[in-house]
Amino acid sequence: MRPASFVLISGVLLAASANAGTIKVTLPRLDIAEYKKPYVAGWIEPAGGGAARSLFVWYDVHKGGGEPGIKWLSELRSWWRKSGRSLKLPADGVSGATRGPGSYTIPLPADLTAGNYVVHIEAAREHGARELVSVPVTVPNGAVRAAGKTELGAVSIAAK
Amino acid sequence: MNRWIRPILLATVLAPGAALADSPFILPSSTSLSGSNNVVTFDAAASDHLFFFDHRPVRLDSIAVTRPDGTPVEPTDAVQGRLRSVFDVKLDQPGTWKVVSTDSMITGTFKENGEERRVGGRGGPPRGAAARPAGEGSAATAPQASQSGPRRQPPVAFKDIPANATDVHLTEVSRTTETFVTVGAPTTEVLKPAGKGLEFDPITHPNSLAAGETARFRFLIDGKPAAGLKVTVIPGGDRYREDEGAMALTTGADGVVAITWPAAGMYWVGAEAEDHNPAEKRAEARRMSCAVTLEVMTP
Repeated sequence: MRPASFVLISGVLLAASANAGTIKVTLPRLDIAEYKKPYVAGWIEPAGGGAARSLFVWYDVHKGGGEPGIKWLSELRSWWRKSGRSLKLPADGVSGATRGPGSYTIPLPADLTAGNYVVHIEAAREHGARELVSVPVTVPNGAVRAAGKTELGAVSIAAK
Repeated sequence: MNRWIRPILLATVLAPGAALADSPFILPSSTSLSGSNNVVTFDAAASDHLFFFDHRPVRLDSIAVTRPDGTPVEPTDAVQGRLRSVFDVKLDQPGTWKVVSTDSMITGTFKENGEERRVGGRGGPPRGAAARPAGEGSAATAPQASQSGPRRQPPVAFKDIPANATDVHLTEVSRTTETFVTVGAPTTEVLKPAGKGLEFDPITHPNSLAAGETARFRFLIDGKPAAGLKVTVIPGGDRYREDEGAMALTTGADGVVAITWPAAGMYWVGAEAEDHNPAEKRAEARRMSCAVTLEVMTP
């Protein structure tokens, strides 16, 4: 974890999240010629089914011209179907610019009621692949680790 | 295999080239979009293999496009080729759009002065008669003629059935081929059934389908649940499989089928029904079919 980015993101996203648990997502460095920063989204669903809640989405917020960045949000297929397409963007505390390789910490919502959830992290990259990592987690006090194979690196969740 | 036999039977019973002979479909280039000012292009065809273009186009003049608010809009850049029709729709409104082809015709037979005549098509001289040079025609058509026995009279259009016709046996044939495309959040205005004929009445939104999940679709006849209706679900790409891969389902008393999608991809969902309630009073029966193209996403 890079402390600088942690402070920056938590400051931008959700001020009241200090005690709410965190998701840590690593975007791997890919040794390829034409690398574009991926679109990445995270959301949480009750394990027994129920409404999905977007936690974050990183996309090309300021892409100009005839193809605004939102045009490609549907490439995050699972997120788009479950949450993204009913979200008004840009969404305060949820949407932000794309990020390059590195580890990022995103706060979990402070108002999650106790129970079993699944956290989903989905990444899609232009000229690249799409990957979905789904991690079951119990609130409170759940701690889980998972990892993607292509577009996502390590994912860890610590619920408080 | 069924899909092979049925076209042959139908083609024999009905007029040659009758509308129901192959699986018709309208295939969108995308079904779930983000952003504004998207354009989706559609291929509309009837074919032996899904979703390829190996038989005939769906006629452009049978196509209707409905915006999420229910208003109609004309497709653009439309071309009707020999094997498929192509057209674009600019999606200038968020929500769920419907693209449908509806076709209806009367087929059957009657007798005039003791001679049996077929009803169907648009009447006029036999197809291709004018284009074929005189003299060559008989040689070129000889094998066909021997197959179908004695020379057959061209079909008569429904409106041209003479007043002195006897033994009139007519069937009303109607077909609906549709698909749905959603920009942003799905809406349901265009899904409202009209209450006429055989209709697809989705409970699960047709643009909210994912592999491994179960969708529930109702079918209606004249607005009432169609119980015991046979529904066929075929994943696209059957050209590259030994097996057609079709799922044969039957609606329950509530007219509903539940489909669990085995994999992501484009699917064809079709149903057929027959009854004795035609809209055209001179017909004895009606045969209805509806087909929907659906995209199932990765989970």
